[in-house]
Amino acid sequence: MADNPSISIAPESISLEALKEQRGKRLTQFPWWFLTMILIAIWAAYSIYTRENYRAAFEFIKAGLGVTIITSLISYGIALLLGLLAGLGRISGNVLFNNLATLYIELVRGIPMLVLIFFIALVGVPIAVDGMNSLGAWLNTLGLTALGGILTSFTNQAVAMNVRAIIALAITYGAFLAEIFRAGIQSIGRGQMEAARSLGMSYGQAMRHIILPQAIRNVLPALGNDFVAMVKDSSLVSVLAVRDITQVARLYAGSTFRFREAYITLSVLYLTMTVALSLVVQFVERRLRRHE
Amino acid sequence: MSEMSENGDIIVIKNLHKHFGNVKALNGINLNVAQGKVVVVIGPSGSGKSTMLRCINFLETPTSGEIWVDGHLMTNHPKQLNAIRTEIGMVFQLFNLFPHLTALENVTLAQRVVRHRSIEEAKEIAMKQLRKVGIPEKADVYPMQLSGGQQQRVAIARALAMNPKIMLFDEPTSALDPEMIREVLDVMLDLAKEGMTMVVVSHEMGFARAAADRIILLDHGIIIEDTTPELLFTAPKHERTKLFLSQILHK
Repeated sequence: MADNPSISIAPESISLEALKEQRGKRLTQFPWWFLTMILIAIWAAYSIYTRENYRAAFEFIKAGLGVTIITSLISYGIALLLGLLAGLGRISGNVLFNNLATLYIELVRGIPMLVLIFFIALVGVPIAVDGMNSLGAWLNTLGLTALGGILTSFTNQAVAMNVRAIIALAITYGAFLAEIFRAGIQSIGRGQMEAARSLGMSYGQAMRHIILPQAIRNVLPALGNDFVAMVKDSSLVSVLAVRDITQVARLYAGSTFRFREAYITLSVLYLTMTVALSLVVQFVERRLRRHE
Repeated sequence: MSEMSENGDIIVIKNLHKHFGNVKALNGINLNVAQGKVVVVIGPSGSGKSTMLRCINFLETPTSGEIWVDGHLMTNHPKQLNAIRTEIGMVFQLFNLFPHLTALENVTLAQRVVRHRSIEEAKEIAMKQLRKVGIPEKADVYPMQLSGGQQQRVAIARALAMNPKIMLFDEPTSALDPEMIREVLDVMLDLAKEGMTMVVVSHEMGFARAAADRIILLDHGIIIEDTTPELLFTAPKHERTKLFLSQILHK
């Protein structure tokens, strides 16, 4: 009924004024912003199709689409796992687990994302590799050469920038997702956990079968929104010379000096992805609400 | 441990204290419940009825004192606690059904993950229990689509499906509309007749008269009256008991 207010008005009561008012309402409530975006997309598609400069820019930049999409998807997958773990840690009664999770989240939230990406890729990964090498060397001295050999074989150069970018994005977003999971879990009433425990379920069983299914359902829209945000923030990995669409657009602009073509094409590509994903999120959200 | 089982009492509470910060909810409860008996717990709000009930299955950890259930001392040791809790069914004031599962799934889940029963066996037992509480036709319905009385009956079926030795009821009808109280009390009455050990926090005096072997009156965290339903009305020991009875009977 909220979607269609005209239904509630009986036909004979529709006067000219009412019709005018309705039209005015329709005009003010129409999503003009969305129409504008569609028009921009059509104009961009038309330009790419008809104008040689734009087509060349698009052909060049679209080579980065695969990297952008794969980086976002894998990072998000890892971030979901990290976030779930850290979110469970935040509500855990275990002092160590709880403090580790809080430390992780506060560290990540206190550092700008760009700095964090530099830090993880250029400082964090080398430290981790050195650590694995020393551990491997120690295992070798113990005679565990099979495992030690694997650990010492890692070298810094072997970890590609693409992989470092994925690790950096995953660690950063894991902290954001952790807070979403925590909020979701805390939104479920205490009675649910009590009922599960009173049936003899362990804390873990109650979490898995009772709390998490409800919590995740509640936070699906928020998780979706963060995926959209991550697609946008994946542009930051271009600072590591990872050839995502932002990086290839920069390369194209730098070599041809066609800044306008490069950055208009780049922006439209991001907009297309984020608007499409937002529509998916909205659709999922609406379906969930219908089932309630 | 052997002495506990010899006297035949399935629940033994010894000098139970429970404090919430500065609030002293329970101040030395001593209570023995023999197998097969129905004990109704009454008392003014804030007297500690629910807290005492929740201490029996350790949903609240006592501040001090001992609780023995079926010969086992209740502790916070996770494995032992989960094992003994499967023997204690609990029914809550607000039902606490799992909203993302159908009525049938509500009744089968714990059977499967805790009792490790097969799907077929769990379903069979669940349907038996749903028939017992009178709503087998609602098996595939989600809790949101059930009335309060139906939800509470599913909750009872869920607890019974674990084959508990004891059933705890925490004000099972106080969140229900008046016309639904009856259907829940009838199910509880049948259960009492079958010889289930029950501890029921409730002010339904009709149920107490019909089913209770003992009535316990709590006030300020201690038991001030422990008697039979008949004697409670005809020969109350305390002035406080008379006052409380007049309040709940003339409400």
